[in-house]
Amino acid sequence: MTTKFFGEPVRRREDARLIVGKGRYLDDIGADAYAAAFVRSPYAHARVVDVDVSAALEVEGLLAIYTYEDLTGPMAEPLPVLIPHPQLHAPRTGYTLVRDVAHHVGEAVVMVVATDRYVAEDACDRIAITWEELPVVVGVDAAQAAEHAVHPDVPDNIAARHHQETGDVEAALAASAHTLSFTQYFERSASMPMEGKGVHARFDPDDASLRVYSSTQASTSVRAAIAAKLEMSLDKVEVIAPDVGGGFGVKIVHPWPEELLVPMAAIKLGHEVKWTEDRREHFVSSAHERQQRQEVRVGYDDDGKITALDVLVWHDNGAYTNYGIIVPINTATQLCGPYDIPVYRAQVFSVYTNTVLVTPYRGAGRPQGTFVMERTMDRIAQERGLDRLEVRRRNLIQPDQFPYDWGLTFQDGKPLVYDSGDYPGLLDKLEALVGWTGMEERRAEAAARGKLLGAGLAPYVEGTGPGPYEGAHVQVLGSGKVLVSTGLTSQGQGHETVFAQLAASELGVPLEDVEVTTGDTRRFGYAVGTFASRAAVVSGNAVALAAKGVREKALRIAADVLEADPGDLEIEQGLIQVKGTPGALIPLRTVAVLSNPLRYAFDEAARQATQFAGPADDSKPPVAVGDSPGLEYTDYYSPLRSTFAAGAHAAVVEIDPATWEIDVVQYAVVHDCGKIVNPMIVEGQVHGGVAQGVGGALYERMAYDRDGQLQNASFMDFLMPYASEVPPVDIDHQETPSPLNALGIKGAGEAGVIPGSAAIASAIEDAVGRRIAAMPISPSELYDLMRSDTAEVVTNTPTTTGAMA
Amino acid sequence: MTSIQTERTISVTVNGVPREATVPVRWLLSDALRHGLGLTGTHVGCEHGVCGACTVLVDGEPTRSCLVLAVQVDGCEVTTVEGLSRPDHQGGEVLHPIQEAFRECHALQCGFCTPGFLTTIAAGLDARDAGTPISDEEVDELVGGNLCRCTGYANIKKACRSAAEKLREAAS
Repeated sequence: MTTKFFGEPVRRREDARLIVGKGRYLDDIGADAYAAAFVRSPYAHARVVDVDVSAALEVEGLLAIYTYEDLTGPMAEPLPVLIPHPQLHAPRTGYTLVRDVAHHVGEAVVMVVATDRYVAEDACDRIAITWEELPVVVGVDAAQAAEHAVHPDVPDNIAARHHQETGDVEAALAASAHTLSFTQYFERSASMPMEGKGVHARFDPDDASLRVYSSTQASTSVRAAIAAKLEMSLDKVEVIAPDVGGGFGVKIVHPWPEELLVPMAAIKLGHEVKWTEDRREHFVSSAHERQQRQEVRVGYDDDGKITALDVLVWHDNGAYTNYGIIVPINTATQLCGPYDIPVYRAQVFSVYTNTVLVTPYRGAGRPQGTFVMERTMDRIAQERGLDRLEVRRRNLIQPDQFPYDWGLTFQDGKPLVYDSGDYPGLLDKLEALVGWTGMEERRAEAAARGKLLGAGLAPYVEGTGPGPYEGAHVQVLGSGKVLVSTGLTSQGQGHETVFAQLAASELGVPLEDVEVTTGDTRRFGYAVGTFASRAAVVSGNAVALAAKGVREKALRIAADVLEADPGDLEIEQGLIQVKGTPGALIPLRTVAVLSNPLRYAFDEAARQATQFAGPADDSKPPVAVGDSPGLEYTDYYSPLRSTFAAGAHAAVVEIDPATWEIDVVQYAVVHDCGKIVNPMIVEGQVHGGVAQGVGGALYERMAYDRDGQLQNASFMDFLMPYASEVPPVDIDHQETPSPLNALGIKGAGEAGVIPGSAAIASAIEDAVGRRIAAMPISPSELYDLMRSDTAEVVTNTPTTTGAMA
Repeated sequence: MTSIQTERTISVTVNGVPREATVPVRWLLSDALRHGLGLTGTHVGCEHGVCGACTVLVDGEPTRSCLVLAVQVDGCEVTTVEGLSRPDHQGGEVLHPIQEAFRECHALQCGFCTPGFLTTIAAGLDARDAGTPISDEEVDELVGGNLCRCTGYANIKKACRSAAEKLREAAS
């Protein structure tokens, strides 16, 4: 393929509409729609004794009230377990409206539909629910203790026991020269996109068809779920993801109760209905991620080389397991990162708590895994008296070890095999980028200013681009316009731009001629969704393949017209020409016209393709057997297995010993996502990921009290970073192409967030000399740690002497 | 018997166009703009005044439209993201330099918070002496009050500096 646009930092095509307020987000749709609002459980665990709606019935503008009693057929059954797994032995999901027991604060109990949202909320306020409170389980420790059960038929609160190993870890630990064991904690955060969820549904009773807009990451599967739950034929349901204001994982979960209830109401009321999630609803009824307790045992030799690693993870999956155990599987399988660990065992207990369900948030289990691995590396370095960078170097998988087969099974059910990488290269670049060897001078300089300076680093490996597949359709119109569609959705990543770059490069057309549609089931019905840094890898390769199919057909038709061999033709700027023969050319748009033999000249271009327009070969039918009219092609890319991107981050912090405020003064990223389609977009993804990593390390947590009430369910109290909290980010790239796909690309979406907590914990520990075994950490927690008599004192080997140790 | 007035007619100049509207007195300005006038470029991110996505200009001052009732802007001039561009006197539109800079610097991803940043920064840039180079402190001040979950703010700051520079060139 030509590489005219591949690798170029072309400006985004999405932006033209978004910077003038012409985006079309969910709540911008359906100006005349009725509004839905929900009465949600105020209790973390309670039985519904009675629902009294009588006072609400007097509200002027009320149109309908729905409770569980109004649900029939599949709608009355529990929500699906989206990703079943043999080791998820006790899956539990809620109902679209609470049937009898609410298992977390925020579960929807009653849906109200009214003329507008104000009126709907008036009615909600007048609905009186009598509750019988039940004992509440919050946090992994309480879940493990199992004094109370979240679900009575799961008395130990354990939803899944996941177990993978590569050898006899007990024997390997016993044979190790040195061992360490420790326990640490990782808190909850959440995707928290600026736009919450939302659903708009419109039913056409004349042809019994339903159009649903949802702020989703998986429109094709939402469509299938609606069809199944509402007992409709798939061809009567279309689902469109419009402009979506960020996802980061929370919108991959589906069907959310509202995605089923809003269409149901639209059908019953014969009128369009819309629900727009408000921020408090998003906090208490969407999804969170990350809380784990991690018990680690590691064996290593005199040189600090790991000989065995055993990890036991207690993973809080919240009240339900709608999304299966993908998150803890990611932790278990991605934990070892770039290191060559001869014997590894991961055991996960995924437990129920009376809190919002836990599903992937950018990074999806990997930040926790990296936290285990990198905190382990720091401990080994400290115990052995080695520089922290050096101990990591000694344990790296080397470039000649690829493909590196772990003997584990990844979250996509495929073997965990690293496709390619250069991990020593990453650390070399990071060392230079952050100035690792000059850190002692900086520490002294900061000390002179009364500040405690510390540095930390953390590499990671991220499985990206899992299957099963994505597809794409590419069509050239008689106008010369090129339509590209893929079923995968967009939440701001710049897919319209990147897929246009790929199609334009393959087809040899100007970028302006390409129009890209994503996440619209009317245009492309088969898709999986946007998650796991897979869009560029899977849909990107599908777009390139479909464009290649169009190119081949165009050259075949053009070769006939130009009486040339297809192999002698090239496409440049939308013109097909015989290489080296100026003047022998035909525009691609003319080929598009000729590709569709016509009877009717409905426009000027069509005239060229009608039956009397030119000489014809009467011995052949107008459309050859096996061929089809139109210059279009559909193709799919189904990867053999995941690609593996990698990177390494370093953080430098300065801490004020009076206030214990933690300031990240430098943040360095070396990033390898294989071949880069658009470096501007990749860097933007890294910037955003790092901001979320810093937020997760220092500010964000879901503060549940012991009654299961989320104490900080607003932007006033849940501290998402503003510009003032995000450090400047220095980025260096390394390109190790993936051998698994034709474009050589890996994914980039999640990379920025993964090692944030690990690197920053390491830097804080380095600065203050106290063990950091729980993240996030606030200034007051650091203050308490410094005053604690039991806090473990730790000393890092100075970075300047590391390589000599 | 007292009667409760639930609606009121207000006169507002929105994006330069004088308008009259009868709105429920409890409607937020954000709802009146979005659902009353169809100006959906103003986005609602938190409805408690923290994220800044809904920021519009009321008589030129950045204002969180989720914290203001529509009836409170009776007699005011309101500018939304749709009103930041200016006619080019040839039937087209000229974007505000900060809008151009956002695109040029990749300062937006999902675009949901973008209108609030654009209105806030545009007001700040228009209010300052365009001939003076912008300082880092000024940039921090202009972008510091709004939340963005996608970009990590680096490119928003870059766009700020770039737009200020364009304005400086135009002023000199």
